[in-house]
Amino acid sequence: MPKKIKLTDKGAEFLKQIEKLSGETITMCDQCGTCSGGCPFVEEMDITPSQIMRKTMLGQMDVLDSKTMWICASCFTCTVRCPRILDVSKVSEALRQTKLRQAIDNIDIKDISKEDAEELPSIAVVSAFRKFTS
Amino acid sequence: MKDNIKIPYFPGCTLKTTAKNFEISAIEAGKKIGIEMVEMPKWNCCGVVSSLTSDDLMKHVAPVRNFVHAEEMSEKGTVNDSRMLILCSMCFNTMKNTNRRVKNNAEDMKSINDFMYLEKDYEGKVEVVHYFELLKEIGFDKIAEKVTKSLKDMKIAPYYGCMLLRPKEIGIDNAEAPAIIEDFITSVGAEPVNWDAKGRCCGSYHTVNNKDIVVNLAKGIIENAHRSGADAIITSCPLCAFNLDNRQKLIMEKDPNFKTMPVFYFTQLLALALGLEEKFIGLEDHYIDPKELLKNKNLI
Amino acid sequence: MSDAQKMVKVYVMGEAYMVPEGSTIIGAFEYAGFQLKRGVGCREGFCGACATVYREKGDYKMKGGLGCQTVVTDEMYIAQIPFVPADKPTYKMEEITPDAGTFMNLYPSVFRCVSCNTCTKACPQDIQVMDYIQAIIRGDIAEAASLSFDCIRCGLCALRCPAEIVQFNAAILAQRLYGKYIAPQSKELEARVNEIIEGKYEKELNDLVGMAKQELIDKYYSREIKIS
Repeated sequence: MPKKIKLTDKGAEFLKQIEKLSGETITMCDQCGTCSGGCPFVEEMDITPSQIMRKTMLGQMDVLDSKTMWICASCFTCTVRCPRILDVSKVSEALRQTKLRQAIDNIDIKDISKEDAEELPSIAVVSAFRKFTS
Repeated sequence: MKDNIKIPYFPGCTLKTTAKNFEISAIEAGKKIGIEMVEMPKWNCCGVVSSLTSDDLMKHVAPVRNFVHAEEMSEKGTVNDSRMLILCSMCFNTMKNTNRRVKNNAEDMKSINDFMYLEKDYEGKVEVVHYFELLKEIGFDKIAEKVTKSLKDMKIAPYYGCMLLRPKEIGIDNAEAPAIIEDFITSVGAEPVNWDAKGRCCGSYHTVNNKDIVVNLAKGIIENAHRSGADAIITSCPLCAFNLDNRQKLIMEKDPNFKTMPVFYFTQLLALALGLEEKFIGLEDHYIDPKELLKNKNLI
Repeated sequence: MSDAQKMVKVYVMGEAYMVPEGSTIIGAFEYAGFQLKRGVGCREGFCGACATVYREKGDYKMKGGLGCQTVVTDEMYIAQIPFVPADKPTYKMEEITPDAGTFMNLYPSVFRCVSCNTCTKACPQDIQVMDYIQAIIRGDIAEAASLSFDCIRCGLCALRCPAEIVQFNAAILAQRLYGKYIAPQSKELEARVNEIIEGKYEKELNDLVGMAKQELIDKYYSREIKIS
């Protein structure tokens, strides 16, 4: 007999919130792993993009403590390859935003040294601040 | 088809700072092939990087305001093409993304227009077009006819990166098997190499506070280009250019045996092939000096 | 005057007061009995000390202005901003360059601008604030200095900015960079400064210092007045 997974109330609410923010039906994910297989950043991550999907689907809020969503740079490789036409990069963004909207930044903007400031292109700094600050 | 495309040109911040050679070469090469780029009299940040959440409307205000200014240019008749020409891949992706969103979503369009009450309403009349798309429209065969200094003997790795290809609705070509930059390379007489890293991410904005990620990715991309026999890489993204070119310094620190490779903006090669003077090509602004390569190929 | 002064109702910090029609916001505060120690200065619209925020009856917009220049309207809600906390790094002008990198280092918050234009809407001086912030991001320091020229540092832009940028202090930096590195240098000024350094006016100055008061007064009134 199949066993039904039941999410905690808090977990279910979390899943609903991430689905709403990302606009993606996360429960559609088949866990095929294509996103993780194609991700150019996967080596740098502590859990894979497909694990992000799974944990979110199960309402496991500790997904917010993983590095993965911050490492994801929205390169959209997973987006174009997902056989379920899910956009994992949007889920990453929703997870990042969940933290950022609690005013928890992932970069100290004062950390840019004078040497870095002399050479960095404006677009790098603007982009990093958009992704890492609230 | 118009003989001369006179089109609003949106530069973006980085073409005015670290990528001036990208801008000047594009403008000057454009003149030779019938593209007159009219810089928008007023423009702001493109809104990079695209907000991906469903509700974050504020992040889409910046592109819409730019569209309003482009519409004004068309109304005033200072241009004969109502689209907006963009060179930077990131600006292109961001602006096209927002344009799609507001055009397909009347409610979002209204919210943003209401918010920007100091400006005119955006009527959705602007299309975003990338320089590569304009070249294709003019015809790569026509471009080839204008080439006075063929880049024969040059083997070039076409680097699309992320922003020209993905997501599919935004990309300028097939996301997994693109050909537009290859066609461009052929049109200037060079040979495009077939390689695996053409659409691989360079590490993007991690270059600000997580340089190791960029060093690893850029190293992989450049080594792949070497294996495929390329002499140089071309790109249309000032952030990719920085990560692939300037970050070679850090790659060399990490791996003394690393073999460097010059990185060009595609418009620099176009300008070179069209016989433009060196001051319009901007060869001084590279970290890895490309002049030796070009001298060896008898191009400068 | 036959008619009594017409009065209007304003809400100061939420409480209703009757004040004479035509009062400025500062005037209304003081008429209502408040003593302003901070948040008031020249009363002529120049110093920028009296930033104020208000809402008018029936208008959803939060407006900003200078308390000494904004006239109250009936049923207006007013509040005085005594001070806008603002980040202000120190720097040596000789060690910085007129480019975007300088701002990345000293005012990185500038790069958080989302182009929402709230700053421009808030500015009582009608400055295109967002445009000068954008000019900084693209390294056009001359444009930033020129656009921000009329800034009187009232701080309303910074107060309303969702990206927490300190526009008005960044503007000072842009203006200083412009003055030091970009603006054409005046040859006449340079020549005069050299003359001073070389001591050309030393004797004349010492003579003046040594004069008695009456002698000095006579010299002052008999001076030649040049109108060019």
